[in-house]
Amino acid sequence: MSVPVRRRSAAIVGGVAAALLLAACGGSGSGDNTTSAAPSSTNTDPACADYASYGSYPGTKVTIFTSILPPEQQKFESSWAQFEKCTGIDVVYEGSDQFEAQLPTRIQGGNAPDIAFIPQPGLLQKLVQQGGPKAAPQTVAANVDQFWNPAWKAYGTVNDTFYAAPLGSNMKSFVWYSPKVFAEKGYEVPTTWDAMFQLSDKMAADGIKPWCGGIESGGATGWPATDWIEQLVLRQQGGDVYDQWISHEVLFASPQIQEAFTTLEGWMRNPKYANAGFGDTKTIATTAFQDAGKPILSAKCGMLQQASFYAAQWPSFKKDVTIAEDGDIFAFYLPQIKADIPTPIVGGGEFVTAFADRPEVQAFQAYLSSDTFATLKVAAGGWVSANSGVPLETYTDPISQLSAKYLTDANATFRFDASDLMPAQVGAGSFWKEMTAFFAENKSVQATTEAIDASWPS
Amino acid sequence: MSVETPGVAAKLEEAMLAPEADHSGMSSALRRNLSSPWATAFVIILTILWTIPTLGLLITSLRPSELASDTGWWTVITNPVFTLQNYSEVISGGDTIPGGIAPYFINSFVISIPAALIPLTLALMAAYALAWVPFKFSNAIFLGIFALQVVPLQMALLPLLQLYNLGWFGLPSLKEMVQAIPVLGTWVWPAGGTSFVPMWISHTMFALPLAIFLLHNFISQLPRDLFEAARVDGASHFLIFRRIVLPLSVPAIASFAIFQFLWVWNDLLVALTFAGGTVATAPVTVYLSAIKGTYGAQLHLITAGAFIAIIIPLIVFFSLQRFFVRGLLAGSVKG
Amino acid sequence: MDYASKLSLMVSVVAVFFGVLLLIFFLAAKAKGKAQTPLARLIFLGPAALLVTIGLVIPAIQTTYFSFYNSDGNKFVGAKNYSWIFTTPDNWVFLRNTALWIVITPILSTILGLTLALLMDRMKRESLPKSLIFMPMAISFVGASIIWGLVYEYRDPAETQVGLLSAVVSAFGIEPPNWLLWQPWNNFLLMVIMIWIQTGFAMVVLSAAIKAIPTDVTEAAMLDGATGWNLFRKVTVPMIRGTLVVVLTTIAIGVLKVFDIVRTMTNGNFGTQVLANEMYAQAFVQFDKGRGSALAVVLFVAVIPLIVYNVVQLRKEQSIR
Repeated sequence: MSVPVRRRSAAIVGGVAAALLLAACGGSGSGDNTTSAAPSSTNTDPACADYASYGSYPGTKVTIFTSILPPEQQKFESSWAQFEKCTGIDVVYEGSDQFEAQLPTRIQGGNAPDIAFIPQPGLLQKLVQQGGPKAAPQTVAANVDQFWNPAWKAYGTVNDTFYAAPLGSNMKSFVWYSPKVFAEKGYEVPTTWDAMFQLSDKMAADGIKPWCGGIESGGATGWPATDWIEQLVLRQQGGDVYDQWISHEVLFASPQIQEAFTTLEGWMRNPKYANAGFGDTKTIATTAFQDAGKPILSAKCGMLQQASFYAAQWPSFKKDVTIAEDGDIFAFYLPQIKADIPTPIVGGGEFVTAFADRPEVQAFQAYLSSDTFATLKVAAGGWVSANSGVPLETYTDPISQLSAKYLTDANATFRFDASDLMPAQVGAGSFWKEMTAFFAENKSVQATTEAIDASWPS
Repeated sequence: MSVETPGVAAKLEEAMLAPEADHSGMSSALRRNLSSPWATAFVIILTILWTIPTLGLLITSLRPSELASDTGWWTVITNPVFTLQNYSEVISGGDTIPGGIAPYFINSFVISIPAALIPLTLALMAAYALAWVPFKFSNAIFLGIFALQVVPLQMALLPLLQLYNLGWFGLPSLKEMVQAIPVLGTWVWPAGGTSFVPMWISHTMFALPLAIFLLHNFISQLPRDLFEAARVDGASHFLIFRRIVLPLSVPAIASFAIFQFLWVWNDLLVALTFAGGTVATAPVTVYLSAIKGTYGAQLHLITAGAFIAIIIPLIVFFSLQRFFVRGLLAGSVKG
Repeated sequence: MDYASKLSLMVSVVAVFFGVLLLIFFLAAKAKGKAQTPLARLIFLGPAALLVTIGLVIPAIQTTYFSFYNSDGNKFVGAKNYSWIFTTPDNWVFLRNTALWIVITPILSTILGLTLALLMDRMKRESLPKSLIFMPMAISFVGASIIWGLVYEYRDPAETQVGLLSAVVSAFGIEPPNWLLWQPWNNFLLMVIMIWIQTGFAMVVLSAAIKAIPTDVTEAAMLDGATGWNLFRKVTVPMIRGTLVVVLTTIAIGVLKVFDIVRTMTNGNFGTQVLANEMYAQAFVQFDKGRGSALAVVLFVAVIPLIVYNVVQLRKEQSIR
């Protein structure tokens, strides 16, 4: 899922923390030599003391390629500015909305970046098969072991080799709403699935359409609807079926997955509920995902299911918008459906993949998995890390705090965005396309799911 | 050709034999036949229809954000509120795109000018050889080049990228060769950086088939006697090229140069692949595509960015368009 | 690199290119006797031939080769990719649309362009309308898609319509459809964008051709009693036939290769997919090298009839000459 990623500004979970430095010194193997290289004697700036362990590489350059565009770019750049100053490494950042198409071309064309932030573990796997990604140095692995949920490390691992450390994370199981409107109308934030639909009916009776949605996203049109299916599958079937669904042991046309489609049909494809502010439910297919939440601010729409990174959109509708529990806009957790599947959470994130193993590249990888970086980046705002080393109070905005709370919840049923794990023919192809047709053409559940199954690569 | 009257047939044949014959437009009678208020009205209506979409873009880009997103641009008639705020925001880049649009503009020029001049020159040379220095395979080569227009250039991107960065068949890559040039090499292609060289070469390659085709059509119609006389006088092909072909082809050259400039300026795909997205080499179309993603729902900013991006082609076009009318395409334009 | 450095790089490159060329010309002109003509041929034709071979011929061969291989390009699969194209029912949509595009767009652009060229030929102030109609040619596809996005924008009938087309239709009291979803007409709405771009091209080229018809030809025809429509059909059209063919072919080839418009407006959803965009998606989004290559070959083959027609046309002209 390419285009969406650049909007996933918000959540990062992972500050890797101080441990990195310790690990760097104690580690064995090729990787750590670079990070434990002799401290720079040229740089006497006291502010550089914390960076001494990374070494000194004056005049070197590390290139980064990512789908994260400005204004997020500036926040990244400011959070490694001191690192650049102290180590002498020049970090060159390039963001592109064509990231997913460009990255494999550049790798095969011998023009790979030093580091790419890859949002799809499925793409990482494909790239490893074709050759290119370098295994992560020991220092990075040690950090990830210490600070991340093992599931995160698994997404960065291919064939038992650990390649890519997680970077940012986002929380996809949110419903955006207007606390102001809820207060005016006397609506309660629902905490159960049934309550959410009772509220929807109540809104409909009050003349407010409860749901709005938009899945248009240029070359990635359809991805938000795949997220809806993922939310439902995880809530209705649990983690095991979710995993089997990703590996195609459970088909799309199986009763379990079709149940999710049928539920979605009664929810976002229900003319009583959607598409508030835009027209009939078919308009979901033509509404840009960036625009989808706009009617909430004018009380024309009640709720929008979207990820934490959607927080970045609100200021473009209204400059001085307040995002808080008592503000213009906020989000609540999309309730669980079954009691025996506790706190299901679908999340996403990026993985730091290196295509070079020069010492300065590895030093930078180490830095990106460090607490120093994570804390600086979190403090810059609008970003969440699944890293348990970042203190919750570092988060300045309420949405990031809320996301971090859920993403670090040890009892939650956490799963990565399924479409990002499926083969590209499905996860970046038929799944998007068929979900778009599901809305645009009212395609039946049976026809939609069968078409996706048919496209699964043999 | 179904011409019934013998007189016309004869004239037609004559025209074919001497297409460069003096001409001054259609005869007055035909003009009269077509001239009616209806014709004028048709042209005016079509012109308005053709202009309105672009006008909508311009007006939207000049409106404040709230109005731009919630009311149609034509409501300026009753509510004429304009602002240049959008433009200053896009040009400066604010905190969104540091440096703003200016560096991308420079890059577009640096890419487009050589990428128009080089293929044009090479195509003119090739067209001359195919038309006036014929040999056994001239025709086959010409048709082959013509057919190459249909190769989808998407398919050439990866092999070319490999040629530039890795080299083919174990030979050194273009990058290595350029960087090996003493002193200047790393100025042209900085180590670890992107260069304009792949852009120039790629655009040249992709432009050649159409350029050769059009210029060949033009050059092959130049009067035969000129070349024969020059050869009899002992002029070399190089002299003929410079003294006869070049001056006589000026309208064609000018016209194709403008076209090629516009195509290169407007290209996105080649730029994304070879120039990358950094300020060092990326042209203005890459910038435009990026702000479309960055500004998302902010129509007033996207339209302002779009208008800035199309302004140079429009200026080039409006200031040089008289060349089109006389121009080149006259080459493809024979009876 | 700062601006000055970039600009001086540009100037140097152009200067070096022409300098080297002149030097070669100067040296080669000294050649005498039998070697002279072959040498000239090599120098004139060589660079273009080399570049075209590297940039187009070799990739085309490679593409054909990979079209018989699997998605990673490492296992021979025979004609499987081709049978996938023609036997998958969903693919009929893009095959049908591509056929529609290639027939309708060039013909409509040419007819409109020809009509305008004829009508403007006798207008006193032709330059302003001509410029305005030709203007879209100077706009990039990214720009065009933003411009037309404003035209086709659709809002809930309960809201104010901000899209031009929706507003016009609403003004007549008709509830506008959601344009881009409006099958199968949405295909034609996308074609309108291409026609908008290409009509100016057709007009300018055909206008030049019409102006090039010698006056005495039309006068002779009129002495023989031809007027109006007859004159157009029997004199103007035959006289500009070659140009018409070139215009139609150029637009048709452009149409076959165009994927930007479809990609940016609908991404091929809602029954608007075309071959070139499917090829791009297969090769660069879904990373299926085999299918992407096979689609490229189909594209290539689809243009062959156009090429053959042009060749025949060219031969005819040569035989006249």
